[in-house]
Amino acid sequence: MGSTVTTANTVGKTWGGGNEPLGASYGKLMMWFFIVSDALTFSGFLVAYGFSRFKFIETWPLADEVFTHFPFMHGVPAPMYYVALMTFILIFSSVTMVLAVDAGHQMKQSKVAFYMFLTIIGGLIFVGSQAWEWKNFIHGEYGAIETKGGSVLQFVDASGKHIAIEEFADTSVPKEREQLLRGKGKWFMEESSLPTYSVEQVQAGFKNHPDLLIRTETIFDEATSKTAKGVHPTLNDFTFKSKHKTILTRAESEKRLADAKLVIEGANLQRNEYGSKLFADFFFFITGFHGFHVFSGVIINIIIFINVLLGTYEKRRTYEMVEKVGLYWHFVDLVWVFVFTFFYLV
Amino acid sequence: MSHEHVSNTKRIWLVFGILSVVTTVEVILGIMKPQALHMTNMLGMNLLNWIFIILTIFKAYYIVWAFMHMEGETPALRRAVVWTVIFLILYLAFILLTEGHYVFGVFRDATIKWNF
Repeated sequence: MGSTVTTANTVGKTWGGGNEPLGASYGKLMMWFFIVSDALTFSGFLVAYGFSRFKFIETWPLADEVFTHFPFMHGVPAPMYYVALMTFILIFSSVTMVLAVDAGHQMKQSKVAFYMFLTIIGGLIFVGSQAWEWKNFIHGEYGAIETKGGSVLQFVDASGKHIAIEEFADTSVPKEREQLLRGKGKWFMEESSLPTYSVEQVQAGFKNHPDLLIRTETIFDEATSKTAKGVHPTLNDFTFKSKHKTILTRAESEKRLADAKLVIEGANLQRNEYGSKLFADFFFFITGFHGFHVFSGVIINIIIFINVLLGTYEKRRTYEMVEKVGLYWHFVDLVWVFVFTFFYLV
Repeated sequence: MSHEHVSNTKRIWLVFGILSVVTTVEVILGIMKPQALHMTNMLGMNLLNWIFIILTIFKAYYIVWAFMHMEGETPALRRAVVWTVIFLILYLAFILLTEGHYVFGVFRDATIKWNF
């Protein structure tokens, strides 16, 4: 107990222990040390994301086109709403945490326990929501083509609406090969699952649907419109429409599709149907690292919650542990505020 | 320590209100993306992004000051934490974003295409 709670009967004994530099107890000061170093870790990640984004500024995916799902609203594009909901959940769990700290100052055990419980629930809902967001991102929605040169091509109809590969792929064309499974291999050989459609099926389907066009990764703006080749004359506009990717003419689309090498469905660490692979890598890494923090925060909260129920802090006559875990929890919320801005808004 | 042990539930809910309103404004702007803000650039970034970043820092201030109770800590602790973090982040962001922009220029103007 001596290491977690400092009592002030040590006046005059500066080097004798029990002293509180900066007016904060040992445990709280150490929590601040941890928070500063962790804040720098997260800023390192976010700035690295910024570096890669600036490096590929003209082709970076638009968040509005990537995160468009909302539960029970399948097929309805709803950018921002779901992540806004997640943000509110996390802010609210921060509020219940600070209410628990406040109740702790007044030594109200049952109130602390109640607010801690709400905080834990909020944290669990957030982690669950994050998992759902990951599932949608990994699964993908439309599918895309990767060319030999490594760029990603998506499909749109004559009005510029994003079209999924499954809507037009010609399945009468035979697939080039079967997936190699462990049971069919000569030795311990297998491969990861093949895309639902082969490149030939997509190319044949594209040929059968003359109204289909290709959308490239390049964001259509004043600078890129000057150098882009085969730009569709009516569907692109940077003065009136909001930020969007360049749509090609039918002739140029056919030319680009001839270079197709792979069909991509969804996103993983190697491929990303929404565009730059680095976008997916950073998304998984940063939101994953944040999600890991939320998860450990929930675990720590549960431990403190049990201690509150057991009356440990009543016996200590101080709820400072709740304050310390509260600092960590608010920090996790703080990081999310920045992740939200840099992944979804900016 | 200036932790006067009085309940400040009122202030907590007030801060929650502020954070909610700011987040709502961010979401509305993020969905509407007003053309005038989105397509006007200032210091290498469009005005809408500047608004988002300023609002984020505004929210961060309230989280750290009210929720993490930084306002009740001694000025020395406050400065040690806040100034260190702000200085190092600005430094890192400046260096890496400048470098990223430079690499972008190298790719764009090079005779060899990297992605086609």
